[in-house]
Amino acid sequence: MIVIIDYGLGNLGSVKNTLNKLGVDSMISKSIDDIKKADALILPGVGSAKQGMKNLKERGLDKILINEIKKGKPFLGICLGMQLLFSSSEEGNTECLNVVDGKVKKFSTNLKVPQIGWNQMKYQRSNIKVQKLFKKIPNKSSFYFVNSYYCQPDDKSIVVGETEYGVNFCSILIKKNIVATQFHPEKSGQIGQQFIKNWIKLI
Amino acid sequence: MITKRIIPCLDMTEGKVVKGIQFVNFRDAGDPVVLAKQYDKQGADELVFLDITATTENRNILLDVVRRTAQNVSIPFSVGGGIRSVEDMRLVLENGADKVAVNTGAFNNPKLITDCANYFGRQCVILSLDARQVKKNRWNVFINGGTTDTGTSAVEWAKKAVALGAGEILLTSIDTDGMKKGFDIELTKTISKNVNVPIIASGGAGKIEDFYEVFKKGRTDAALAASLFHFGELTINQVKNYLRNKKIPVRL
Repeated sequence: MIVIIDYGLGNLGSVKNTLNKLGVDSMISKSIDDIKKADALILPGVGSAKQGMKNLKERGLDKILINEIKKGKPFLGICLGMQLLFSSSEEGNTECLNVVDGKVKKFSTNLKVPQIGWNQMKYQRSNIKVQKLFKKIPNKSSFYFVNSYYCQPDDKSIVVGETEYGVNFCSILIKKNIVATQFHPEKSGQIGQQFIKNWIKLI
Repeated sequence: MITKRIIPCLDMTEGKVVKGIQFVNFRDAGDPVVLAKQYDKQGADELVFLDITATTENRNILLDVVRRTAQNVSIPFSVGGGIRSVEDMRLVLENGADKVAVNTGAFNNPKLITDCANYFGRQCVILSLDARQVKKNRWNVFINGGTTDTGTSAVEWAKKAVALGAGEILLTSIDTDGMKKGFDIELTKTISKNVNVPIIASGGAGKIEDFYEVFKKGRTDAALAASLFHFGELTINQVKNYLRNKKIPVRL
């Protein structure tokens, strides 16, 4: 059972719809018991970092998430769900979950902010896990992005894919059991569904 | 490189897709779920769904149609019509929308934009702005489904709404809507120059060249069309192939 974490924010319905289409058992839940029992967790994201952390804390979900991630449970963070893993975010100067060292920064570019739309992701097939995650996904495929902020991990070796929007930023990272994407695979058409399918096979 | 978006728009009333001319004379264009699936397959970059009579009929948006549409598409899906509170927005998102457009509700209560942006992030809040030219280089904001002239300048409202937290502007020209004589290039260019968020140009697409014009001269980030696609005059793929040949970046 995959648990999509309900923290009162985010497009939970979209993620659930995608998993339903793939025939994967999943539930949307904020129950600590469900999260502990889950085979894997998804932290989706549409929202502001400040509100996101506030909601996680109010529900007592911040500590449980950190624990489950540290125990090695497969975890997929999407968009804000990726950013919240970092040490801190410039969005509302928010302290985040700090399971990935680094910062979340605002785009400073002449381009329009937020970035909204389909952009290409270039990846490095550095190891078998990455190869499996990108099975049937051609390099430089377009994925859907909606973000004003981007992640800057301290450890560059966890960056497996990058996207250009004024700067080259980390659009996907893998750190042990964590996969986190700045793009929205649940909104990226056939390619996005393939990505989620690949992730499910990995877990 | 970020690509330019082509967005079919489903204007809804009473659970059916309709298309009007200058916001009146609506014609039935079919079932929203069927159309949405078809556009997803054809390579649409996003879908917009507007419940165009929710405000004038003083009722809430048709959540059931939102939910059924969302279940059947794998691309971003924006919803607007009759949004008056953070709770309205939450319900729409919970039913599978990815972004929410505010129009009359935000004009009457600008704080709604800030409240929604603080809660869901500004990237989730689209300002839907219906404008009509009142004199040379001056467009006013119209609300209540285009029936009420607010007397406010479209440029000023766009700037204010972005400062309040709108992350994107869906800009519809009432003058060109449904006329199929091309987008309102002047209006689009003027708004695009004045704000630093993405613009979706809407109203007036009648032939394939109109899309090139609005990207090139109107400096828009996305172009929206309804009747052309609903009535099968052009497919999304045709438009995108044409644009790619003209060196406009698109996702194919």
